[in-house]
Amino acid sequence: MYDFAYHRPTNLADAARLAKDAEAKLMAGGMTLIPTLKQRLAKPSAVVDLGAVADLVGIRVEGGRVTIGAMTPHADVAGSVEVRRAIPALADLADGIGDPQVRNRGTIGGSLANNDPAADYPAAALGLGATIQTNERSIAADDYFRGLFETALKEGEIITAVHFPIPEKAAYAKFPNPASRYAIIGVFVAKGPQGVRVAVTGAGNGVFRVRAMEDALARNWSADAINGITVPAAECNGDIHASSEYRAHLIGVMAKRAIQAAG
Amino acid sequence: MPHVSLTVNGKPASADVENRTLLVQLLREKLGLTGTHVGCDTSQCGACVVHVNGRSVKSCTILAVQCEGADVTTIEGLATDGKLHPMQEAFRENHGLQCGFCTPGMVMSALDLVKHNPDPSEREVREWLEGNLCRCTGYHNIVKSILAGAAAMRGQPTKAAAE
Amino acid sequence: MAPRDDGIGAAVRRKEDFRFLTGRGMYVDDIVRPGQLHAYILRSPHAHAEIRAIDTSKAMRANGVVAVFTGADMAKDNVGGLPCGWLVKNKDGSPMKEPPHPPLAVGRVRHVGDAVAVVIADSREAAKDAAELIEVDYLPLPAVASVADAIKPGAPQVWDIVPDNTCYDWELGDKAAVDAAFKRAHHVARIELVNNRLVPNAMEPRAAIGDFDPATGDYTLYTTSQNPHVIRLLMGAFVLHIPESKLRVYAPDVGGGFGSKIFHYAEEAIVTWAAGKVKRPVKWTAERSESFMTDAHGRDHVTRAELALDRDGKFLGLRVSTLANMGAYLSTFAPCVPTYLYATLLAGVYTTPAIYAEVRAVFTNTVPVDAYRGAGRPEATYLLERLVDVAAREMNLDPIEIRRRNFIAANAFPYQTPVALQYDSGNYQATLDQALKAADWAGFAKRREEARKRGKLRGIGISTYIEACGIAPSNVVGALGARAGLYEAAEVRVHPTGTVTVFTGCHSHGQGHETTYAQLVAEGLGIPIENIEIVHGDTAKIPFGMGTYGSRSLAVGGSAIVRAMDKVIRKGKKIAAHLLEAAEADIEFKDGKFTVAGTDRSKTFAEVALAAYVPHNYPLEELEPGLDETAFYDPKNFTFPAGCHICEVEIDPDTGVTQVVNFTAVDDVGRVINPMIVEGQVQGGVAQGIGQALLEGCVYDENGQLLTGSMMDYTLPRADNLPSIAVATQTTLCTHNPLGVKGCGEVGAIGAPPAVINAVIDALSPYGITHIDMPATPQRVWRAIQDARMKQAA
Repeated sequence: MYDFAYHRPTNLADAARLAKDAEAKLMAGGMTLIPTLKQRLAKPSAVVDLGAVADLVGIRVEGGRVTIGAMTPHADVAGSVEVRRAIPALADLADGIGDPQVRNRGTIGGSLANNDPAADYPAAALGLGATIQTNERSIAADDYFRGLFETALKEGEIITAVHFPIPEKAAYAKFPNPASRYAIIGVFVAKGPQGVRVAVTGAGNGVFRVRAMEDALARNWSADAINGITVPAAECNGDIHASSEYRAHLIGVMAKRAIQAAG
Repeated sequence: MPHVSLTVNGKPASADVENRTLLVQLLREKLGLTGTHVGCDTSQCGACVVHVNGRSVKSCTILAVQCEGADVTTIEGLATDGKLHPMQEAFRENHGLQCGFCTPGMVMSALDLVKHNPDPSEREVREWLEGNLCRCTGYHNIVKSILAGAAAMRGQPTKAAAE
Repeated sequence: MAPRDDGIGAAVRRKEDFRFLTGRGMYVDDIVRPGQLHAYILRSPHAHAEIRAIDTSKAMRANGVVAVFTGADMAKDNVGGLPCGWLVKNKDGSPMKEPPHPPLAVGRVRHVGDAVAVVIADSREAAKDAAELIEVDYLPLPAVASVADAIKPGAPQVWDIVPDNTCYDWELGDKAAVDAAFKRAHHVARIELVNNRLVPNAMEPRAAIGDFDPATGDYTLYTTSQNPHVIRLLMGAFVLHIPESKLRVYAPDVGGGFGSKIFHYAEEAIVTWAAGKVKRPVKWTAERSESFMTDAHGRDHVTRAELALDRDGKFLGLRVSTLANMGAYLSTFAPCVPTYLYATLLAGVYTTPAIYAEVRAVFTNTVPVDAYRGAGRPEATYLLERLVDVAAREMNLDPIEIRRRNFIAANAFPYQTPVALQYDSGNYQATLDQALKAADWAGFAKRREEARKRGKLRGIGISTYIEACGIAPSNVVGALGARAGLYEAAEVRVHPTGTVTVFTGCHSHGQGHETTYAQLVAEGLGIPIENIEIVHGDTAKIPFGMGTYGSRSLAVGGSAIVRAMDKVIRKGKKIAAHLLEAAEADIEFKDGKFTVAGTDRSKTFAEVALAAYVPHNYPLEELEPGLDETAFYDPKNFTFPAGCHICEVEIDPDTGVTQVVNFTAVDDVGRVINPMIVEGQVQGGVAQGIGQALLEGCVYDENGQLLTGSMMDYTLPRADNLPSIAVATQTTLCTHNPLGVKGCGEVGAIGAPPAVINAVIDALSPYGITHIDMPATPQRVWRAIQDARMKQAA
């Protein structure tokens, strides 16, 4: 990798100030950034490590929502008794991200800030209608995701926590890429305070909702309710592992499996 | 040049590094701990797995400077007085290694599994090893070794030992 | 006396494991030479391009840079090209086309990853930083990646001197006899298939350190090799022109090879030569992405085949036509893989009386292709075992029954096939019977029904394979074009106190030689295994040997050790006869003791050893002191492991995901020295075979860009992709080597792929699907189901 300046701020204000530099990169768990740097695909002037910033780690369940600190590693979410009680789908999703070592380092804030089109957490955030809390404001998930690696975050804006409303039922079903194990298709379904939501990751340039499925499920929460509802292949990506047609098909299969798992 | 001080296998260690130096480079090139291996450049193979503050991590995907003050355990830190750790012993007893290259990462990963799940099923072991690749064994004997190692760590005699 | 617990047949725990388990292995990248510099190699991003100019001036001035070299610098020094070790001839007897392979490209690059320049600097990162400052003016040229495209009229030409991209057009067998057989046929079964291109991916990336001692002029190369003496010979004699006496090649612990570390690679020559230029050690270690674009790949065949059968399903004749991808350059043993290691196996375990094969080897703008675990024999077995299943289905015969009807009978050995090989021993009915029982073939229908209730398609598949290994008789391979002998060497050095060091020309990179060979010696000399050390890998220590590949280490290397031990014992008897004042003919050697027959008068092995080194009471006028013997063993024939693999899969029809749920292997590998190690070798091979069948496939786009250039896109088997692998053995002894051993390293990779694909086809048979190419990925299986449904609907 190219060399860079390294900063390890201990408070948010310092982190935000350092991150204002357009050439600097924020680093949470580093599970995407470090591999990217190793491949020399990015050349930041500085890496701002959020690892020492206070108060960004932790899980709270209160007021009908689960709040997860931005720097909380996936393993903590997967292993949290509170999360598993409140939103088991979220614990399961976290337990299926990457491998155990990625889960030990990778964080929810990093995943959402990066917004990889094949990442898992964006599906949960959009599927549960989460609120992304930053050092500056709150952003509804519906307004947050803006396509390929694009989000509503501004320069220097740092995710501090994510609030998930506790749904009545929810589940996530993932079809992994056989090699990378990222999602070829991941579908998060939920029925809760924000109605029925179906969020798909892996298919296109970013996570998206499937309104036709949501409408059908709102009328009748069952796997059969989405029979015949498809996402056009033209809206899906294709690669050597999965053509757009195959991806479109898998959205239907994974959605049904998620609905069945949610019960 | 940045300077990193940390604890490695229970002993203080420090070195001058670049900001871009990875933990695995610090271990291998500065501290001479070459038991931790590098098998890929995409953070997938797991030959470099060590423990940082009690958790298994890929030492190829963490900067040395991030480990300032950290407590790091590598494969060299397991055996004491020439006596293998029960997990190492289980790998030996069950032929859980062939070329030996993935082995340190496998053992370190297995120990993190047992910490979370002292009595894992075969399926759980196989799923836990998602981040550890082996090209020699077909995993059969690695899985067997980890199950036996976990049993030994629980204080149960292994099947092989009973034979 | 009870069998030794450290001798032949015992599951001795491995001697090498302690160092590996404690992180004390010594792999090439672990070695640090004083004053060591680091090399980074700039590689071509183009599949095919003319190099119009290279400007290294900025790189030369970069921080930490000691030197930058290009192909022109090496040419100026008269550095030769990487040689090819095997000459294959065309049908008309003319030699194959053999284009040059300079270690650093000169004038043109011919595949993505072709080496263009080397930067030598204080650190790896500094070298890499500087490499970005090298300006290469490329003129991209049209490229071709697949064999099918490469033989089309007007296809881009990889080499101006190789018309039609054809390296050779070779044949084997009696064409007229085969034509006649097809005329008589009751039924002809046909198949067209691809044997998918694989990337070996040993877990340890290749690495090399060149070292030069200006005081003596001696060179040392530390390298990740399966055969250090072969590298010394090839690099010394053909590339760098360094006499063997001034060149040491040392392959220490090596982290897996699977064939990919047999070959002499450019980087070995580059670091050795560069060390001489800069007068300091130069280290290069591959990044995994470099492994993908520089380690020799495997397989990559496109084949059409036809099997002629009589009314009863007896095979009458087999006709095979194969296109084999050589890549852009000829790797060390590439030409022999799709010919002498492939077509000679087309009889399989069957009595097919007439076989004809033609193989056209084709250059493409891809990484060179060479031997990968099994090398040619998996390709032959896959084609044959798929074709037999196709024939069975078409003739409404049970796949087991058709095989039984065509097996070479257990009493028919030695058996001469129509494709040159003479099998020495085997019992194919026996391995089949044992496997059917172990896999509960009879109970499959019930399991299929149970799976159906769960919405899964369950299938079962079988392969009954053979391989030829233990390579090989030198005069035979010489007649077939090999430019080397294939004997093996061993020195058994008995020390004065009776401990033993064995020096072998074979190399262990996971196979456990330090244990298995020690067991041979413990058994043969009757001394405890703790008193035996095995040394391999260092040309400064070991006798000239050919290394480890082709499952030869025990059959050839082990036999050499036995022969050397025989010499030790013969000499020991002479010494003992003197010490015991008896006739040499009356001395027996057993359980570590030289005894006068019929008496209790004896000398221990250690006493005899001591007498040999402290020859005070010794027949000096007739016998030299010392007890140190070397043997070169040249095998009389190949060995022929064979067996039966049975695979059961479950397919999820909604996603196309195939899970292997049961795998049973019953292999006849000859005498088993260490059953634990044999089992591990078979399991590892089966895993690679399942990988080939379901997961692994190297993909280039039509412009020669490598799409599967990392583990993010190339699917290596993980633990959760694989089942437990049930392994058993069934023994017929090899008749022509002193141990009766055959070899076990490759059987898994050979036997497994057709068993898996036959199971997949069986599972998909409700849709009328009869063919699928490897790897049977979820997408490919799903596509096949979709197409079949559409066909059924129409």
